[in-house]
Amino acid sequence: MTTSFSLPRRRFVQGLALGGTALGLGLTPAQLFARQGQTGAPELRGNQFQLNIGAADVNLTGRNRPATLVNGSLPAPTLRWREGETVTLRVTNHLPETTSIHWHGLLLPFQMDGVPGLSFDGIGPGETFTYQFPLRQSGTYWYHSHSGFQEQTGLYGGLIIDPAEPDPHTVDRDYAVVLSDWSDQDPKRIYATLKKLSHYYNFSERTLFDTLTDFREKGVVRTLKDRHMWNRMRMSETDLADVTGYTYSFLVNGHTPAANWQARFEPGERIKLRFINASAMTIFDLRIPGLDMTVVAMDGQPVKPVRFHECRLGVAETLDVIVEPKDHRAYTLFAQTIDRSGYARGTLTPDPSLHAEVPELDPVPLLGHREMGMGAMDHGAMGHDGGSMTGMDHSAMSPSSMDHSSMNHGNMNHEGMNHDAGGDMDHAAMGHGGHGSSTDSTATVPFAVSANNPDLPPRQSATEHADSEYGPGVDMRAMSPVPMLDDPGIGLRDRDWKVLTYADLEYAHGLPDSAQPEREIVLHLTGNMERYMWSFNGIPFADAKPLELYHNERVRLTLVNDTMMHHPIHLHGLWSDLELGDGRLLRKHTLLVKPGEKLSYLVRADALGRWAYHCHLLYHMEAGMFREVRVIPRPQSHHQHQEGHS
Amino acid sequence: MKSLTITRGALTALLALFVTTSAQAMEGVPARFGQILVDQLEARDADDGTVAAWSANAWYGGDINKLYFATEGERLMDRGGETESLETRLAWSRAFAPYWDWQLGVRRDWQPDDPNRDWVSVGVMGVAPYFFETEANLFLGESGHSELRLEAEYELLFTQQLILTPEVEASLYGKEDRDLGIGKGLATVEAGLRLRYEIRREFAPYIGVHWEKKFGDTADFARDHGEDASDTMLVAGIRVWY
Repeated sequence: MTTSFSLPRRRFVQGLALGGTALGLGLTPAQLFARQGQTGAPELRGNQFQLNIGAADVNLTGRNRPATLVNGSLPAPTLRWREGETVTLRVTNHLPETTSIHWHGLLLPFQMDGVPGLSFDGIGPGETFTYQFPLRQSGTYWYHSHSGFQEQTGLYGGLIIDPAEPDPHTVDRDYAVVLSDWSDQDPKRIYATLKKLSHYYNFSERTLFDTLTDFREKGVVRTLKDRHMWNRMRMSETDLADVTGYTYSFLVNGHTPAANWQARFEPGERIKLRFINASAMTIFDLRIPGLDMTVVAMDGQPVKPVRFHECRLGVAETLDVIVEPKDHRAYTLFAQTIDRSGYARGTLTPDPSLHAEVPELDPVPLLGHREMGMGAMDHGAMGHDGGSMTGMDHSAMSPSSMDHSSMNHGNMNHEGMNHDAGGDMDHAAMGHGGHGSSTDSTATVPFAVSANNPDLPPRQSATEHADSEYGPGVDMRAMSPVPMLDDPGIGLRDRDWKVLTYADLEYAHGLPDSAQPEREIVLHLTGNMERYMWSFNGIPFADAKPLELYHNERVRLTLVNDTMMHHPIHLHGLWSDLELGDGRLLRKHTLLVKPGEKLSYLVRADALGRWAYHCHLLYHMEAGMFREVRVIPRPQSHHQHQEGHS
Repeated sequence: MKSLTITRGALTALLALFVTTSAQAMEGVPARFGQILVDQLEARDADDGTVAAWSANAWYGGDINKLYFATEGERLMDRGGETESLETRLAWSRAFAPYWDWQLGVRRDWQPDDPNRDWVSVGVMGVAPYFFETEANLFLGESGHSELRLEAEYELLFTQQLILTPEVEASLYGKEDRDLGIGKGLATVEAGLRLRYEIRREFAPYIGVHWEKKFGDTADFARDHGEDASDTMLVAGIRVWY
């Protein structure tokens, strides 16, 4: 195996004064107090690190703006560790405010998890905190601040843990591709602006001329009917992202589209790209026109390889793919935002002088019945006998379950495309769709009920709305939320190429853990867009009680998205094993839940302590879409149910 | 004096209610925000000369409870300038439904020549289906005076930045107030049509038409003073917020 690690080309903005500084463990005083940050992440290897968090200016848009950086770089250095080792990180805070680093997706003692208020008190100004923990996993992860809005201003970086055993997927080159969003605006200002005028950043609202066009194309009656629901509900059809390209620049490894981050390859090589969505708020649709990608891991965990062309990557998710470009040409890494207000872009090229075309942004997709949680009502052929809707196999009707091998794949480069994989996918998409507790494929277990916790009222079904969902903080509740694991999602449904979905994926080595939970906790994702309030079950974090899990219990978490937005939901410290149906699981740390979707996953509560559980959209988390999960010793009376678990 | 007492008492109660605003944010610090919106600051080409008119509001608070302030007024710009009307209102605003707040407050009308008028106000404000910004307030004043005021506004997007705003406002009174030339029943209806261009979301110049009509006894009182019962004016102004 030849593995070369070419560092991303670092682009010093005005940082020549820094000269040949050591970017490793030691830092020169000049760098420690550098006012000017650099863009591009250096890679640091080993098991002992000194990380310095400080304020510096970066210039991404033509203006120097304040950023929060680790060792003076944006993104923070990519840390490269080895499974089985114990890492020690001394983190010194040079900011005038408290800071923290959370190791996203890592299994570790909760005191090392880096969430102020839960794991520890945070790292005060001038203080040094020493993180130390053994590495019990391998794969692609990331790290970021869990204090205030520091993550938005640059405190994020890639984390790669090489496996103790040889990697089954040998590659010639290996690149971390950190995607992020940058604003020249102070994030506090962004948040305050959203509270004042939540659609401030949406410049794709429907206009009078759109209505006139619809009159012409769809007829007046149909148009008015379509609009009636939106107008009645006071919702926007184009509300796909709260913060958009109006203020954001979208970055690949700290490079704007104009700066064009480049990665080298030689034709015929196998290249691993480790995509990390380190954005504060941006969901990306990723593709490399002309190249097929083969996914080998998601959220750091190995999956059975699947060949695909495009993938929606939620905030905080990571995706490892292998590409094998055969031709002597440049390829564009294209990551357009879900609301099509901008894109991040880089180039894979054998020669820096070669250029690759950058695709046009797609038109802004419009939210529909599905996103409204009205099930598959836009699938005209379906029966609608009331309650049967939630239990029906909608996936069988959805476009993504069509036989891709018979589709027109347009002018994409399909050399060597494995159509059988497409066939597997069909099977995968039809059979189940992750029905959670409502079908035979996964057993029904009792709902967790607690008189002391308003999140756990008695309930008949997962889709039932709790009383707490009726109040000023909740502007809608999904009528018929449905499984959508095999749905490529809004804006990607009509692609004539393969869009990767969760339903296509499966943990590489069979079942990572038991598929049989003991009880089920239901949480509805809720919010009020107009007031910019976000919560679980209509209860913001400030008014919520911790969710208690018993040590080593296997519990099912079911999420019902009652909002019109996507929410990447992240549970710290414990794996989230997504239920794909048929007893199959996909091991993840962050799950992107679509509007109107119902999904469930299994959690082994094998780490005692206090863990954060939240939407990874930074401003949603801040607004209250957050819970503390407490793993506590199991009460004595239930002791006999305890299972041994590694 | 009596009016002062009412106002002071109501203010104290209002501030006491406001400090109970619920806490927010992970750090346990209550997250509070504020906005100042000058919705209309305009020159009107009226019958008796150029009139400066404004309508502005501000709020401060959390998601559920807010302290709300509103002011509107008109000032004659010709002949040395004279404030024709000035109204201020301070209220506790509380969200009770996804799109609706109720408001409890006090209002003072500052009269240049006559005694000030004080009112206690109770109302609802919010977004009705079809995105109509709606406000309804009942004002209860001294000596049994009362006013019901209904307002609605709509935003029609020509483009993302060019926005037409039709609005309408009606005032009904429970009792005649001769000093102010107001009769019982429907007294005034105002309607406006303003076209603004948002250079930024926060800053938009506009032009438009403003129409006012007095009804019933109120119209008669106006005619007795040699004024017209209705007036249509061209307006130009700016809308700004922070």
